This record gives sequence, C-alpha cells and structure tokens, in this order.
Amino acid sequence: MSRASGGETLRFGPGPVARSIIWTIFGLFFLIPLFSMLEFTLRTAKPGVYNFDRWALVFSGTTTRYDRVYQGLGNSLVLALVTVAIVLLVLLPTMVLVELRFRRLRRLLEVICLLPIMIPAIVMVVGLAPTYAVVTQIFGSGSWTLAFAYGITVLPYAYRAIQSNIAAIDVVTLSEAGRSLGAGWLSVLMRILVPNLGRGILAASVLSVAVVLGEFTIASLLSRVNLQTSLLLISQSDPFVAVIFALLALLFAFFLLFAVDRLVAVGRRRTAKG
Amino acid sequence: MPALLGLTPFAFYVIIFLAVPTVIAVGSGFLDAKGDFTWSNLGGLAEPAIAGSFFGAFFLSAVTAVVGAIGGAALCFAMLRSRAGGVTRSLVDSASSVLAQFGGVMLAFAFIATIGAQGLVTVLLRTQFHINIYENGVWLYTVPGLILPYLYFQIPLMVITFMPALEGLKPQWLEANATLGGRRATYWLRVGIPVLMPSFLGSLLLLFANAFSSYATAAALVGQANNIVSLQIRQALISETVLGRANLAGAMSLGMLVVMIVVMLGYSALVSRTARWQR
Repeated sequence: MSRASGGETLRFGPGPVARSIIWTIFGLFFLIPLFSMLEFTLRTAKPGVYNFDRWALVFSGTTTRYDRVYQGLGNSLVLALVTVAIVLLVLLPTMVLVELRFRRLRRLLEVICLLPIMIPAIVMVVGLAPTYAVVTQIFGSGSWTLAFAYGITVLPYAYRAIQSNIAAIDVVTLSEAGRSLGAGWLSVLMRILVPNLGRGILAASVLSVAVVLGEFTIASLLSRVNLQTSLLLISQSDPFVAVIFALLALLFAFFLLFAVDRLVAVGRRRTAKG
Repeated sequence: MPALLGLTPFAFYVIIFLAVPTVIAVGSGFLDAKGDFTWSNLGGLAEPAIAGSFFGAFFLSAVTAVVGAIGGAALCFAMLRSRAGGVTRSLVDSASSVLAQFGGVMLAFAFIATIGAQGLVTVLLRTQFHINIYENGVWLYTVPGLILPYLYFQIPLMVITFMPALEGLKPQWLEANATLGGRRATYWLRVGIPVLMPSFLGSLLLLFANAFSSYATAAALVGQANNIVSLQIRQALISETVLGRANLAGAMSLGMLVVMIVVMLGYSALVSRTARWQR
C-alpha cells in the first residue's frame, strides 16, 4: 500500500500551524532534559562559567577513577554479544523450523515469545535469584551468565523483528527450491534463508543490543556489574561523569538504531506492516 | 521424528529461564519461611504500606498511560504527512526506540539535571522568574514527581505502537467521505476515530502495563521510599534477613502478574478487533 505522493489533494494530517505547535511542544519536552544533562556536565564551581574539562578528562584516559564504568561497559558489551548469540543460535533456527515443518506451532511460539512483555523484570528477578544459584554452580559466576536472562528479556523484540521479515518472504518456496536443487538443510538455512532474512536478523540483533545496554533491574538485584548499575554507582561519587557516560550511551544507541533503520528503509520497498 | 529434536534447545531454554523463574516467583508467595504451604503471605498484601504501593503504581501508570497515549497520538498525527521510510520518520522512530527501551537510570539523571533541586529549569525559574517549584518541598522523588520522567518513555512507546495503526487509515476512505459530501470533521468523527479507537485503547493498555512493570527509573530516582509496588518488591528482596519477607516478594509478584494478565488480555482482545482494518 502506498500513499500517492504529489498530485493528490486529499491528505491526512494537521495543517502547518497545528503541526508546528505539536512539534514545538514535544520538541521542547524531549530536548530540554537532554540539554540540561549537557549543561550539567559543563558546570564549574562558579555559577554561569562553563568548560569542557570533565569531557576532556573522560576522553584523555589518564585517570583510573572511571575504571568501574569501563568494567560495567565491558561487561555489558560481552552480555550484548552473548545475548545476540542466543537469539541467532537458539531463537532463529527455531522460528525457521516452525515456519517450515511445524506450522501448527506458530501461534504457540508467538505466545511464548511475547510472554516476557507480560512478566515484569522485577517479578523475573524474584524467581531468577534461586535459578542463578544453580546456574552459578554449572557455569561459574562470570558476568556473561546474565545473558541467559537477557535472552528472555529481548525475546519479544527479536521475535517481532525476525517474524515480520519471515512474513515478507516465502520461506517455504525458497527452501523447497533449494532442496529440489540438491541442497541439504544446513545449506538451505545458511545460504538461502539467512541471507534473505538479513534485515530481520540485523534489526533483531540491534534491538537486543540496545535492550541489553539499557538493562538495569535484573543486574542490580542480582548484584552484577553492568553499564547501568555502574553508572548509578559512580553517580553517587561523581554525578558529572555519570551524566557524561549516560549521554554518550544514549547517543550511541540512537545512532546505532538510526543507521539500521536507514539501512532497512532504503533496502526495501515499503509495504504495509501487519 | 528427528525434526522435532530441533525444537528442544529453545524449549529447554524457555523452560529453564522463563517458566521456572516465573513459577518460583509466584510459588514462593505460597510458602512460609520453613518452606511449608501457607496463605498468609497473600494476607500481607493488605498491609497499608503494600496496598498503598499497589495504589501508587496504579495511579502513576494510569495517569502516564492516559497522558502518554494522548500525547503520543498527537505526535503520530503530526507525523502523518512525513513520508513513511523517510529520514524524518527514521529519526523519530530511532529516538522513540531509544527512549522507550533504553531509559531507566539515565532518564533519572536527565530529570535530576532538569528539575532536580539544582536542575537547569529549577534554577532558571528561581533566578529569572522568582518561581520556586519546590516551595513546598522537593516532589521529584515522590509518586507525582515520577509522572514527568515516566512520560519521557511513555510517549515514545505510544509513537512506536500507534503509528502503524494511524498509517493504516486508507486515503480511499477520505475520498469516499468527500464524494458523499462529508466534511473533514465528519470523516474523523464517523470514520477515523471509530476505526482507530480499538488500537488507541490497546496502546493505552500497553502503556499502562509498561509503566506498571517498570522499575529502573523509579529505583534510580527514589532512594529509600517504597511508594510503588516494584520498589516494595525490592525492599522485600533486599531485607531477606527479616523472616518471611522474601516470600512476601512472591505474593507481590503474584499481585503484579494478575494485574498484568488482566491488562494484556484486554490488550489482545482490542488488537484482534483492530486487525481487520489493517489488511
């Protein structure tokens, strides 16, 4: 479905005045807090005098005061990697298999994957604490083990991203074509389906990374160090630096999502979303 | 059937890390400190502090869901003329995703920097306009104070969930309306709003669930007070040394889950009503 552009007189949406009023109000609401964060990091002991000293210190790498944040960031990046691996190695093959061989289970899979939206993270924590007592015995207490919990947290986002891509291509015909040309299941999966599902896989991975980098509840209550818990910790001794890192993290996530969104938008002819 | 084996890794994973924790969380609400079955933890839900925290979370979720839904819908409306797949849309989409899913601790920082005791807006209002927003004490760390920070992730979530519905409005309906002599107001009153209503209400419920289950922003902003239920669970979890409190966390989890299930059932009913317009 495409809305004809140009030459069409009947269109939806508000007039220019209403539109600029709406944009101004929401622009201010969303930009003022971000600007306030920036202003906060530039403050000096004298009111009204600003400088970039703290930013310079963060980027100079000459101090060890922020090691805890870097440790949290490092842990979060590892967690993001392992979580994406879980999505790609556990969720993706299952979705493809269900689509090809067990179509009756599609509804069940959808319900399971969307379930974590319904279960608050704080409730999960209550049950995860005993679960992790066992996990630690098997896998040790490395911070990466938290990714098992995060794999569940990102399930709804990853599922939706991949599923909308699966719905857009004809998985069954593609794989039958491959099979009839003599390809085994593995090469159908790796050489036909994965390349065709590239956009969905990319979107699922990036969303998972964003969710993991922003996760606080589970890490905090299981006493693990990740980016968010270390930010909160350092904010108690050095609030300025905590805000600098928070701004950087927000910008990073924004540009990551924006870049992928552009890639996806350019890569496809926009079709109606289900 | 060997293909069925392919489903086992996912099944195992979901059972161990989704089903088991959920059952433990809810089940522990029915155990006493010795591990015997009891109903007494559920009685604990009636304690004034805990009932109050459920009420606080309800109030906060309801207010931010309604305001966030209306605000987000207005923002979607303003975006209707931007091209789907265009750069503007990508900017708003990515910003919305970041703010809706990435908030938490950083959001707390943002609002402390803005309207905290020494925040930019607070100081500006005080020095330039002689308005002291904290004349009657600092309210940022109370339940009403959480409304603004919560809207900062609720409105973006509304944009993400409601935009597809708004884009589903077909231009042909507007043409049909004009052909039949209807005015723009007629169109919205008789066609647009009735068609959009189920998905608007559905998104509103999703916003409610989102606020109700959220924890990080409140935990980072509100220090020791436990005015909403997710903070109350934290309290029960941390003070595990106090007998029976840990199981109270289970009872509160059950309470939260019941609220979430009711809300999400309503949501899925509304979504299935919406689906027929979006083909």
